[in-house]
Amino acid sequence: MSFFSQPVGVSHFLVVGAVLFVSGVVCMAVKRNALGVLMGIELVLNGANVNFVAFSSPFLRSDNAYALGLDGQLISLFVIVLAAAEAAVALAITLNFYNNHSTVDVDRADELKG
Amino acid sequence: MTVHPINWHTAFFMLYAVVACTFGVAVVVSSNIVRMALYLIVSLGATAGLFFLAGADFVGAMQLFIYVGGTLVLLIFGVMLTAKGPFISMRTSGGDWIVAVLLSGCLMALLVPAAFSVASWRNERHAAVDAEPDDSDTAVLAAPRTVAAAHQPAATEEPPAPFIDDNGDGIPDVQPKTATALGLGLLGARVDAIDAKPEMRPGMSGYLLPFELISVHLLVVLIGAAYLARAKRRVR
Amino acid sequence: MAPYLANYLPQWLAYLAVGLVQCVLLLLIPFVGAMFFVWVERKVSARIQDRLGPTRCGGKFGWLQLLADGLKLITKEDLRPKDADSVLFLLAPYVSFCASFTALLALPFSNGWVAQGLDVGVFFVLAVLALEVFGVILAGYASASKWSLFGAMREAAQVVSYEVPLGLCVVVPVLITGEMDLVKIGQMQQGLFTNWLIFHDPFIFITFWVYFTCATASVNRAPFDLAEAESELVAGFHTEYSGFRWLAFYMAEYGSMFAVSGLAAILFFGGWNGPLPVTQLLGLTPEHGALAGWFGNFLGLLNFVFKCVAGVTFMIWVRWTLPRLRIDQVMQVCLKYCTPIAAVMFLGATLWTYFVPGGLVLPSMYAERYVQFSAVEPAAQASPATNVARPGGEPADGHRLSAATRLDSGQGAR
Repeated sequence: MSFFSQPVGVSHFLVVGAVLFVSGVVCMAVKRNALGVLMGIELVLNGANVNFVAFSSPFLRSDNAYALGLDGQLISLFVIVLAAAEAAVALAITLNFYNNHSTVDVDRADELKG
Repeated sequence: MTVHPINWHTAFFMLYAVVACTFGVAVVVSSNIVRMALYLIVSLGATAGLFFLAGADFVGAMQLFIYVGGTLVLLIFGVMLTAKGPFISMRTSGGDWIVAVLLSGCLMALLVPAAFSVASWRNERHAAVDAEPDDSDTAVLAAPRTVAAAHQPAATEEPPAPFIDDNGDGIPDVQPKTATALGLGLLGARVDAIDAKPEMRPGMSGYLLPFELISVHLLVVLIGAAYLARAKRRVR
Repeated sequence: MAPYLANYLPQWLAYLAVGLVQCVLLLLIPFVGAMFFVWVERKVSARIQDRLGPTRCGGKFGWLQLLADGLKLITKEDLRPKDADSVLFLLAPYVSFCASFTALLALPFSNGWVAQGLDVGVFFVLAVLALEVFGVILAGYASASKWSLFGAMREAAQVVSYEVPLGLCVVVPVLITGEMDLVKIGQMQQGLFTNWLIFHDPFIFITFWVYFTCATASVNRAPFDLAEAESELVAGFHTEYSGFRWLAFYMAEYGSMFAVSGLAAILFFGGWNGPLPVTQLLGLTPEHGALAGWFGNFLGLLNFVFKCVAGVTFMIWVRWTLPRLRIDQVMQVCLKYCTPIAAVMFLGATLWTYFVPGGLVLPSMYAERYVQFSAVEPAAQASPATNVARPGGEPADGHRLSAATRLDSGQGAR
């Protein structure tokens, strides 16, 4: 139980970020549903956000003065906003695709195949 | 054997981290698109909890407000518009899964050791013994303090934390307040530069230009999405 | 409270006990509040329609009706459709309930009486209230019913749209006070009722009405209750629900009505401060002893709850007076009226605070320090503003300033 008496560090946050990132990458790779791919992208961005926030936090490392400071939080804010924009466009494309092809299977989007 | 007092910060971190990771993996494993969306909500909500724990209260609230409350509602909207019979559960072939497991194993094997590779990231406050002074990463990224702590008793070398911390558990006793500083940062003024070490100051720039760029970007996206998604039927 | 108890108990037990007490107190609001408001709704709607409403159950005014309603709902058969997605179907009401309950955590009921004070309290409340829509969407999808799905789709579209003007309206008081902490916003409106933010300038007066419209829409009340429009969709997203789970939806609805009314009370109507500064005149402040402070806070609590109940009653009044809108009209109200009006009011309030100093206008402490910071060479100044961006740095006791000194500091900084 000595783990629970230790303070968490950046490393622990990085592991969470890594798990989210890898889940997202795999999700993007294996899902055939276009919206599933979109969810994978959200997971990847979120994993990156966890890392940014962890590095910016002033009390997660033993040399606190060298923390990233507000930059990390500002960049994670930008990531959140960009993710919203990206989701809106991706959703519009998906719905357009669905309207034209009556499917959301990304493997069926192969009309330009030579 | 001494009984260690539980560090509640760590305990809550574990709770949120386990929830975030479990449901993040569940998004991948599940094949029902609506369940996936639900798992994603839980995962991102737990991540917001992690942000609060890391002292980023404004980012955590924004995560809940924009990401979970806005983006994911939009996503679920899309899911429900397209959730018809065969699209609800589209299965992935076995070969894809094998490749995916290989890929994720490789990535995790790369990322997890990297996360623990720097001593100061591990945040071991009272036992800096295993910090290796001649580790190249440590020497570059962190600090004379870690090196010094390895040679001398830790108690005398404990640096003053940049926050009020009376019980010495590495957690601030008062709530973090970041919203105003973040807002001023977006306007181009970095109030945290006042506290920062002189050698850290040159890197602290304002974010007015990115802020304006992102505003224009959002406007373009708004128009573009409305244009793409407008009701039209292809006439065959 | 918890640090005080920790002198007598183990620390974790003290915190757990205090947390449980706060949770139970807050749970009273959705539980008792829902029952009370159901009774109020019945009586008010009856009076509006020239009826009497419940009169027999429990003597005068039918006040036992609330208990009878609750008992009836709990003893009802618990139905579950055959085709429903069982896990999501069971989960959905509690998602809604948790969201509306969590919003109450950051709502101060009196000066400092808040379960979890947050520096970004305003946005936290809004964000958590926006999560309530997930319960509705899940319920709509999981019920495997056409009506439910339509209701849920409408709700999703409506809530996402109305978040925009709602956020714009909430930003106006935040802009004027320079604070997002609900406790501090409340403390700044101490004194006579002219200090209430709604009387600050004409723009914020209009903003309140836009806020109220959007809040009504975002908690899904008539005339915006398209998600449960019974004339077209049977009962919308909760068509398939019965018994306690239906009650959970109901409590979530009344809980979030209470929460948005409370937010309105703090942001526009002085929070726990009465129209006259009675507690200050009688000396019921913490400076005159703990008991006096506690009693003053209790009076503030009564004030706050009265304002919330008034807000909810106003929503009930609106519901039984106005006819329901069509879905395209709902969207039109949001995009063509509420959003532009809120944006113009935001701009107007900005200009007002700039050109008409005084009133409650006060720059935040951070803004003052920012002026200091930019005026002095970065290397030269270290001591006066050392705790500016420090996460744990408790700001100086600026919120204890009286209205008069605030006025001065406001003009001084300008």
